[in-house]
Amino acid sequence: MMRLAPTLALALLLATPALAQTQPGAPAAGTPEIQAPVPEVGPASGGQGSGQVPESTIQGDTPTGTPAPAAAAAVTAPQARQPSAQAPTPAPFSDRGQPSAEELELQAALRGERITGRITIPDARAATLIQPEGQDWRTFHNRTLTLVGGIAVLGMLAILALFYLVKGRIRIDAGASGRTIQRFNLFERAAHWMTASSFIVLGLSGLNLTFGRYLLLPLLGPEAFTAVSMWGKIAHNYLAFPFTLGIVLLFLIWVKDNIPDKVDLAWIKAGGGMLRHGHPDAKRFNAGQKVVFWITVLGGTLVALSGYVLIFPFAVTDMAGQQLAHIVHGILSVLMVAAMLAHIYIGTLGMEGAFHAMGSGEVDLNWAKEHHSLWVEEELSKARGTVTGPTAARPLGAD
Amino acid sequence: MARMKFLCDSDRCIECNACVTACKNEHEVPWGINRRRVVTINDGKPGERSISMACMHCTDAPCAAVCPVSCFYTTADAIVLHDKDLCIGCGYCFYACPFGAPQYPRVGNFGGRGKMDKCTYCAGGPQQDNTIVEYTQYGANRIAEGKLPLCAEMCSTKALLAGDGEMIATIYRERVQQRGYGAGAWGWHTAYRETVTV
Ligand code: HEM
Ligand code: SF4
Ligand code: SF4
Repeated sequence: MMRLAPTLALALLLATPALAQTQPGAPAAGTPEIQAPVPEVGPASGGQGSGQVPESTIQGDTPTGTPAPAAAAAVTAPQARQPSAQAPTPAPFSDRGQPSAEELELQAALRGERITGRITIPDARAATLIQPEGQDWRTFHNRTLTLVGGIAVLGMLAILALFYLVKGRIRIDAGASGRTIQRFNLFERAAHWMTASSFIVLGLSGLNLTFGRYLLLPLLGPEAFTAVSMWGKIAHNYLAFPFTLGIVLLFLIWVKDNIPDKVDLAWIKAGGGMLRHGHPDAKRFNAGQKVVFWITVLGGTLVALSGYVLIFPFAVTDMAGQQLAHIVHGILSVLMVAAMLAHIYIGTLGMEGAFHAMGSGEVDLNWAKEHHSLWVEEELSKARGTVTGPTAARPLGAD
Repeated sequence: MARMKFLCDSDRCIECNACVTACKNEHEVPWGINRRRVVTINDGKPGERSISMACMHCTDAPCAAVCPVSCFYTTADAIVLHDKDLCIGCGYCFYACPFGAPQYPRVGNFGGRGKMDKCTYCAGGPQQDNTIVEYTQYGANRIAEGKLPLCAEMCSTKALLAGDGEMIATIYRERVQQRGYGAGAWGWHTAYRETVTV
């Protein structure tokens, strides 16, 4: 230390204001590179005995914002600094050899890690300096989701259109009987339509966030498009609640009829009677409808859960969690939209007589016999049970 | 035209938070919003560094890429600005921004975040330059007055540099050559896909 002192003093004596500014004692003095009397280090070594302010130091200084008369200042500066020259013990300054910001940033980006530190404001999220995951999320939103969504929705529409062209509408083979049987009661229909109507608005307003800027924005112009999107967003946020309630209700009222069983295997083997002709047996719901049920219940639950995470940002999770919730929400949503397009098709255009089930709740008996044979038998035997009862002894077939 | 950039020389930043204060004051930024902040990494350990960070005004800006209403635009000086009249407060730009620059006036339950606010590089917004409407929505427009961002202009250690990318990179390079070391320019790799080679 004693041996270093003269060198230090000399270094500081000739240090330019800029160098002094960076911090008088500690860092500059404690650094080997700076105090070492090695000639080639040049300006950083301050004055290694030359007794002159190196020319390059002055030049180098000018752009950093140091006042122009650097040389003049250099003469007066050292005196003031003198005391501090003895004082500081050089702390081990071990980070000089560490990788630079660029390298750390690159490493973090490659590993997908965030660079975080300490912050003095209350917003804890602001402590993240760089989050490379943002770029991944961007790729997800702009590429993955648009591709998956576009392919799923357009692909499904194409399949349905093709199906309609090739197969046409599925008719009631035996023709309408004119007699009906109740398939869904008012409560079931109300639950279905509450879920369905909120789903449609949720789907449209959601897809608007993904595709609207490409499809609607050029048509409407920025102001109108923002108005539409704003209302869409409000609708999306509030309709989340009837949708969730609907999912829960549908699950409770229909789950008992949607447990997969052996009949479903046979139904699937027969191609559901759609691909090949014929009407395989089915109970209240056939295998296809069971699939739609479980897509709605399971998909809907996940979409709702991830949606609530998004609705209450950072309430339960951090940035990575928000981004993940968004990925789950976006992908499942577009897949559900595609699945529901098929569901809507078969319930309306695709099959004669099907819509009545959810419209009036009453379906034609022949339709029911063809598509839900086992269910009709069950219902009829139940009905006979109530009609015949213990007292009435009416001849069989009198009904 | 200049390509405006920010550079924070972390070997100089002393975490005085004056840039943060200057920004808040210049633009009357509301309570809870920090367009600029100082993050200290390796706090209390060897190699501690403080970095003043705001919007970096990225090349190929992620925020602009994900905005569902496309409300961002880039000025001739490559400053990334947005139109608050078009913003729907969806929060997507905050998910995508690598630097956490977008800010929202409210916590955001039920999507009620309010319009996004972020550093404008003291360049205002799409409204008429230096009008009251522009000031209330976006803050001061120093660029229109021929001045650079206030945070960098008043930085006492000149750690924070703002200006044409080439020019501030040259200043930084000279510093590094002169003092013999440099920790590098935080954010440059992510924001500008380039580094300040010394
Ligand atoms: C319970 C239900 C739901 C909740 C809480 C919910 C919530 C959200 C939230 C908060 C967002 C972010 C945008 C914003 O703030 O407005 C969002 C986006 C989105 N939602 Fe939902 N949502 C729900 C159901 C659905 C359903 C049923 C669908 C589809 C049919 C859907 C499709 C979408 C789509 C496509 C996006 C945009 C994704 C993107 O562009 O990255 N959501 N949802
Ligand atoms: S720093 Fe963030 S807000 Fe600023 S331009 Fe880049 S992505 Fe956009
Ligand atoms: S919060 Fe506003 S600026 Fe940000 S992405 Fe959403 S609409 Fe665009």
